[in-house]
Amino acid sequence: MQRHPMTRLALAAATWLLVQGLLLATAGVARAEQRPAAAGEPIRIGVLVPLSGIGAAAGKDATDGWNLWWQRHGRTVAGREIQSFIEDTAGNPDLGLSKARLLVEQRQVHMLVGTVFASVGLAVATYVEQVGIPTFYPIAAADDLTQRHRVPNLMRIAGWSSSQVTHPFGEWVATTTPCRRLVTLAADYAFGHEAVGGFVNTFTDVGGQVLEQIWHPIAETDFSPYLARLAATRPDCVFAMPVGAPIIRFIQAWHDLGLWGRIPLYVGEVVTDQAILRGIDPPDLVVGLISAGHWAEGRDDATTQEFVRLYEDAYRILPSYYAAAMYTAAQWLTRAITAANGRVEDRQAFLQTVRATQLQETPFGPARLDDYNHPIFNVYIREVVKRPDGRAWNVVRHTIPNVSQFYKYDPEAYLRQPVYSRQYQGINWP
Amino acid sequence: MPLTFYLVQAFNGITFGALLFLLASGFTLIFGLMRVVSLTHGAFYLLGGYIGLTALRPLGNFGLAVVAGALAIGLVGVLIERFLLRRVWGQPLAEALLTFGLAFILADAVLMIWGGDPRNVPIPRFLRGSVVAFGLFFPKFRLFTLLLGVGVALFLWWLLACTRVGRIIRAGVDDLEMVAALGINIRAVFTGVFCLGSMLAGLAGVVGGAFLSLYPGADAEILLLGLVVVILGGLGSLEGAVVGSLVVGLLDTFGKAFFPELSYFTIFGPMALVLALRPRGLFGRV
Repeated sequence: MQRHPMTRLALAAATWLLVQGLLLATAGVARAEQRPAAAGEPIRIGVLVPLSGIGAAAGKDATDGWNLWWQRHGRTVAGREIQSFIEDTAGNPDLGLSKARLLVEQRQVHMLVGTVFASVGLAVATYVEQVGIPTFYPIAAADDLTQRHRVPNLMRIAGWSSSQVTHPFGEWVATTTPCRRLVTLAADYAFGHEAVGGFVNTFTDVGGQVLEQIWHPIAETDFSPYLARLAATRPDCVFAMPVGAPIIRFIQAWHDLGLWGRIPLYVGEVVTDQAILRGIDPPDLVVGLISAGHWAEGRDDATTQEFVRLYEDAYRILPSYYAAAMYTAAQWLTRAITAANGRVEDRQAFLQTVRATQLQETPFGPARLDDYNHPIFNVYIREVVKRPDGRAWNVVRHTIPNVSQFYKYDPEAYLRQPVYSRQYQGINWP
Repeated sequence: MPLTFYLVQAFNGITFGALLFLLASGFTLIFGLMRVVSLTHGAFYLLGGYIGLTALRPLGNFGLAVVAGALAIGLVGVLIERFLLRRVWGQPLAEALLTFGLAFILADAVLMIWGGDPRNVPIPRFLRGSVVAFGLFFPKFRLFTLLLGVGVALFLWWLLACTRVGRIIRAGVDDLEMVAALGINIRAVFTGVFCLGSMLAGLAGVVGGAFLSLYPGADAEILLLGLVVVILGGLGSLEGAVVGSLVVGLLDTFGKAFFPELSYFTIFGPMALVLALRPRGLFGRV
């Protein structure tokens, strides 16, 4: 008997959903790095990263950067061995939350580090606030994690927030380039809203005008309709921030529709991050692209280049900001644990020590925390150039030193505004 | 909006439709004859794309890389059909689970071998840039994709309408038992059709790798659009795949241009409507 084809299709779809559910329920088994204990009891650090699913590449970079620090600088700090317990979140908030519980309640870790996606970061933040465990987010960028919904025991060491690097960028574009009339194009979710909001807020503060703001679905397949629409409004320049795999398609479409060299293009940090540049063939497609970032792998600085060389030797690729952030977080913790004489069990005292730790030399440049557990660091205006070996990387064209997450605004006044969203882009504030 | 705007968008929509057709034609061919909803089709697309990307450097020619991707996936398809799918044929649940599980295994294998960074298949030099006509930009690679889509459609039409194999396939779509009763080795035809459908997915993967880039998750995204195409057009129908691809390509493009924030709705809304009013799809016979 032949069944109706739609029954089969429905069956197939149901199977798909069922298996997805099962995968979630069973995904991942604890991967512990067990080593014989050195003098004193080991310090256990739980690391939450996506090692499967769409975030797998970012998670691998993050893990590699984290491991590289301990390999190069030793796993013993203040007489205690450092043990890392790396857990796969699969980029899923539910799973991330259960892994955080597993690490805290069963592995008895002293602190948590990691999370890549804001969704996972927010889910884990709610939990760590209840249990009070010291937690560090070097990658997750959601503004409110250290603003309106900050958690006392959560610090963004070596981290960043979405609008932090775009605040100075918007002002820089408006004051140093001829661009006055702007169109923005970005992924339609919190990260895009916040990053573009930061740019637009300062851009309009110094007299710039926003003609149109276009938001596209995160997993966009075809950018040409948006670009045709955008070109029709004839802006002076465009600020764009697609994320992830669509970035390559965006760049390709920008060339295909003849916009390259015709409309000046400024992009968000993630657009020219190594995670993307490494896969672009030929690299000439992006050479000359201007972005702003807290990370610049081509920065002419001894500490940055030492890290880049170590990373390149170990993994044969240039480091993304995921890798640099986890490496620097390990550096930060090493310094703090040393300063605390290895006493991480006293959570309040340890958090105080982390907060007081100021680093003059990290791959990012100098870094310290503000009163809201968020780092103050340099923001770099970066240009993609091709190295002699043919690889593309970001070099620094201009440095804006000591940028806080509130930029030039008064923190309390800033926090009285809502977080940037599609509705609120800070155009009429202040 | 000026007329030129509509022209550019129509061109974008039709060329995107051509890419979808490359994928959906194989999917619908396999379903039409074998009644198998091949959920591995997206993974075939992705694997084919990565194989083409890797083969491009030693082969040095985009055309050869496309052939390499298609042949490799054709081979994978034959192996899967002969040694796995054949064992569960006629059991819809087992088929769905098998092709679905394989899709996962292939996607993970791709992640292990090629890593998770998004990659693009470089476009050959002579297809870079755009043809400028009437002050409008028509990217050359999109024109190429369109020609390829038309070529594949003509080839499939010729195969189905003018050859003995095509007659057997068409007969099999209508009444499988009768064809088997006539003494035709329908098993061999199954293998051939699955191989051809898989090759089309591999081919689409290499072209799509240049058109849309390759990354973990591209398999599911393209499979979803391919499913919409065949649901709109009618499962198992070549004309349906042609029309469905064009409709989805154009809906997607114009939807994004006019209602960027509703761009998923402009595809899935019409699909739901077709499912409700005409469950067989526009051209479906089963």
